[in-house]
Amino acid sequence: MAERLIELRDISKSYGQVYALGGVNLSVDRGEVVGLIGDNGAGKSTLIKILSGVVKPTSGEILIRGQPVTGWSAARSRDAGIETVFQDRALAVQQTIVRNIFMGRELTGFLGWLKVNKEIEEASRLMREIGFTSKVFTPQSIVGQLSGGERQGVAIARAIYKQADLIILDEPTTALSLTETAKVFHFVRQVRASGRSILFIGHNIHHVFDIADRFVVLDRGKVALTADRSQVKSAEDLINFMEDVAHPGGLPGLHDAGDPEQRAR
Amino acid sequence: MSKTMEPDLHEPSAGISRPGNPRKEWKHPSDHWMRGFILDNRAALGTLAVFVVMMTVFMIANPTVFTTWYLYRSVLTTLPVALFVVVPLVFVVTCGEIDLSFPATMGFASWVFALVVQAGYDPFLGIAAAIATGTLLGFLVGSLVVYGGLSSLIATLGMNFLLRGLIQIINEGKSTALTSLPDSWAYKIFSSQLYGIPVQIFWAIGFVVLSALLYNRHRFGAQVKVVGDNPDSAQQMGIDVKRVRVKVFVFVGIGAAIAGTFSVMINFTWWPTAGDGYLLPVLASVFVGGTPTWGGVGTVVGGAIGAVTVSFIQTGVVAAGLSGFYVQFFNGLIIILSLLGHKWNQARYR
Repeated sequence: MAERLIELRDISKSYGQVYALGGVNLSVDRGEVVGLIGDNGAGKSTLIKILSGVVKPTSGEILIRGQPVTGWSAARSRDAGIETVFQDRALAVQQTIVRNIFMGRELTGFLGWLKVNKEIEEASRLMREIGFTSKVFTPQSIVGQLSGGERQGVAIARAIYKQADLIILDEPTTALSLTETAKVFHFVRQVRASGRSILFIGHNIHHVFDIADRFVVLDRGKVALTADRSQVKSAEDLINFMEDVAHPGGLPGLHDAGDPEQRAR
Repeated sequence: MSKTMEPDLHEPSAGISRPGNPRKEWKHPSDHWMRGFILDNRAALGTLAVFVVMMTVFMIANPTVFTTWYLYRSVLTTLPVALFVVVPLVFVVTCGEIDLSFPATMGFASWVFALVVQAGYDPFLGIAAAIATGTLLGFLVGSLVVYGGLSSLIATLGMNFLLRGLIQIINEGKSTALTSLPDSWAYKIFSSQLYGIPVQIFWAIGFVVLSALLYNRHRFGAQVKVVGDNPDSAQQMGIDVKRVRVKVFVFVGIGAAIAGTFSVMINFTWWPTAGDGYLLPVLASVFVGGTPTWGGVGTVVGGAIGAVTVSFIQTGVVAAGLSGFYVQFFNGLIIILSLLGHKWNQARYR
């Protein structure tokens, strides 16, 4: 059995009276691509924010490599080897590519002075590594001048810089062209091949189905389904299941199959 | 933090080729050093152009006055005071905030300086006390804005009145003359003349250069820009946004303390109004210098050139033979023309 990288136990989050998450269990193993699917308002974004440390859960436990964590924060999450590519990409668009890649972890030497040349070299290496190079921009170009796909590239380059164990991709293919989407997929497979993990969040179930080893369906703040790749025959299965969850009693779904591995909640 | 500072040089992901020199692969028009330099510094260069044009007009208007050293010496005596606050304010504006409390901080810190010197202590101790006061006041104002969640525009305006009020209540409008100051070492080092040049300007230039490096080549400057640009992503990337914001206010406090102390050293007298007259010229200098109001970008050198420009308007208009009534008009004219120029010169990326 692969090493358990991160585990969320009974995580709840409420904003005042509104429950965004009500007792979610989720785990990601090493070298695994987990596809997280859910409708709008299912709690995907909240779950990502909790994993990346931006939001603290109301209750529940987070375990990193089996160890419970205390004092969870964005910096702690990054230190633990979790990198997040946010849906809005979280880029500072008036800054250079270099400044965005090293945001929050500037390469510094004596007394906090920046190692400018080193940063430029590392940034160009990263951009080349994921295939987001171009003849019209340099690592010192302003991010605001780049296209959507190129900006996604900057966000991904930032995520892989530290050789993170888990990379969270929040709707990485939204608003991307076909070639750019293919580049993202290529990147996901590379990461898996190098023994690291990805949590892939998507609206497009076909995209998620193509790439993930395991599927987690979130519905109204709860995990509605966890299924391995082998248990789901096609993307249509997943779509049917999600329709079933949204309209109970309608179409026959996966959790009627009676498979004990499908931990329907 | 220290753990993440060291770059990780592990092999990249499997199956990727690694070509040689990265610099060769990226091609860009701005690769030519001069074009790159102009593109990177266009705000500061624009400000410089405004200054050169203005000085040319002044020189044509009255060549005799504008070729005498006396005029420049008087500007060089007062300009450093402004520079010590203009530069930290560039950081504040870049961070997406504003600080209007620096005049009162100047007054308060220089008051502490005056008290220490008057009590017979060495002026160096007075300078240290003033800087400590400025740091403390900057921290106070910054904490109020950041942790109190207040609008920096209104909160710092309030603090300006509050602190100035405190000074006035206690001193009842009375000034303090520092007769022992001209004989001290501190005065010789910080406020005398070197070959006829006021020595303050050297300290101010040093401060500007150091701050420009801090802005462009230091983690502090990098984080200030990112926080001003997109505080949410800075937060998501683990930057302590509130801490960075408080720091810029502390920086203004330190700058204001130095500025206040220099202004007292020029006159050997501390007035309860010390610093009051600097509010609008200093703010104008920041924006004339090419730092936009929306945060995320700015220029320290441009701000410094802006301060030089604003300092010369007053002296220049009078020296050019116009009456003092024209000063405000020309102040306004230069500000508006500079802003129009920068608007055309800068693109705002979203």
